[in-house]
Amino acid sequence: MTTPTPRTRAIAVAEAKPALPRHIKLRHDAGRGRWIILAPERVFEPDDTAVEVLKLCDGERTVHDIAAQLAKDYNAPIMEIEGDIVQMVQDLADKGVLRL
Amino acid sequence: MNEIEPVVAEGAHSSSSGAEGAQTSPRIAEGAQAWPRADHSTEPACGRAPMGLLAELTYRCPLQCPYCSNPLEMDKPSTELSTAEWQRVFKEAAELGILQLHLSGGEPTARKDLEELVKTASQSGMYTNLITAGVLLTKDRLKALQDAGLDHLQLSIQDVDEANAEKISAYKGGLAKKRELCGWMHALGMPLTVNAPIHRANIENLPAIVEFAVAMGANRLEVAHVQYYAWALKNRAALMPTREQMMKTVEIVDAAKEKYKGIMVFDFVVPDYYASRPKPCMGGWGRGSMNITPSGRVLPCHAAESIPGLEFDNVRNKSLSDIWLTGQAFEKYRGTSWMKEPCRSCDRREIDWGGCRCQAMMMTGDPTNVDPACGLSPRHAEFVALATAESHVTTPPPFVYRRLGGTVG
Ligand code: SF4
Ligand code: SF4
Repeated sequence: MTTPTPRTRAIAVAEAKPALPRHIKLRHDAGRGRWIILAPERVFEPDDTAVEVLKLCDGERTVHDIAAQLAKDYNAPIMEIEGDIVQMVQDLADKGVLRL
Repeated sequence: MNEIEPVVAEGAHSSSSGAEGAQTSPRIAEGAQAWPRADHSTEPACGRAPMGLLAELTYRCPLQCPYCSNPLEMDKPSTELSTAEWQRVFKEAAELGILQLHLSGGEPTARKDLEELVKTASQSGMYTNLITAGVLLTKDRLKALQDAGLDHLQLSIQDVDEANAEKISAYKGGLAKKRELCGWMHALGMPLTVNAPIHRANIENLPAIVEFAVAMGANRLEVAHVQYYAWALKNRAALMPTREQMMKTVEIVDAAKEKYKGIMVFDFVVPDYYASRPKPCMGGWGRGSMNITPSGRVLPCHAAESIPGLEFDNVRNKSLSDIWLTGQAFEKYRGTSWMKEPCRSCDRREIDWGGCRCQAMMMTGDPTNVDPACGLSPRHAEFVALATAESHVTTPPPFVYRRLGGTVG
């Protein structure tokens, strides 16, 4: 008998350190000229913004760090970006594409 | 963010032909954006390059599920493609642009060379998914598959009631082996999908099936109402649930999705006998994916061999890209030009692609007719009446078990 794994929903906050689990792959699909996420039985097509965020999801940077980085790159207000990223990270965590 | 794949693999165990999840998922980070955003107008480039390949490595299987999607007449083990042949096919597949490879069967772990095949596929850059009933795997073998680069495993279960599972699969002790396998998966940190084909004989256990998947640590659960082709069609009267039972599963899955949000992802495949519009079978004929049988025939979908007038190429004689681009069987029903009314002038013709050709064939004798699962089909009422009548028979007929080399139950 396998011990049931304790399981809870991960909640995205500014201090969360998102990362792609080993079985989720962010890949550049050269043939089609775009980035894709390969997941069990699914292929997602992240938009450019999502790709920028995902590339920074290394399990070390926090959501806040990622927002700060992108705020600098895009010369945009960090508060706004951070809110977007929290939402995106939550959405992807719920889809099983990111772990926090 | 768009989801661009017909999502559920057409594995023998899953008996599915596309899930509800195939719609576009809500785009991430909605709302006002001051910083640059992509325009989302890019057309998914799945038009001419396939994204998914279902490789049926063998039809050998220790189980005998009466809803198996393998054909009634199965390729003999002696005709199976060799290791080198599959390896060549996988390299060609990756070059053709295939992103996801589903290793299926029969029972794919019955192939002794599975590790080698996974390794080649994974090195060619494809996402590798093993679709298995799990009873032949050992811990060492699982580890070897992981080392070979296996990305994901999909475990089919027949039921969580042991006696009933044994009755459905005509195989003893399967559930205990599956539990053990889940434990190894967990220990190795491998991602797990549980696939539960749902039908009259296990539908009442759906709540327990959901709890089983959670307890086993599954990342995903596919609740896949059996699709009535091949063995399932033969056993339809023994498997078809009532409409009320089907509706109840919708409620159960909706509630479970909410309850396990962020914990387990659900895919839900509904039986189209009770739908008013058909599913986009395979995401459209020859549009996004293909199947290869154990002896190398390349099919636009599982059940394509039930349609007369199609010529199936074999990977032994032709390259995969030739077969995909110009093969007669792929060209025949690709796109919309083969359609008749009501599909031809319907505004859903590029959404569901007229549904399933095999089902149209089965019901009307003409594969170019509209799928009877569609409410606009003149045969729809009859189609629904069939299911309704069968599902209400008090004592369903006994199963005709899936057996190699013979359809005798
Ligand atoms: S008999 Fe059952 S376990 Fe074997 S391939 Fe068919 S559905 Fe899968
Ligand atoms: S008429 Fe044809 S295209 Fe229109 S919804 Fe029905 S099956 Fe789909």
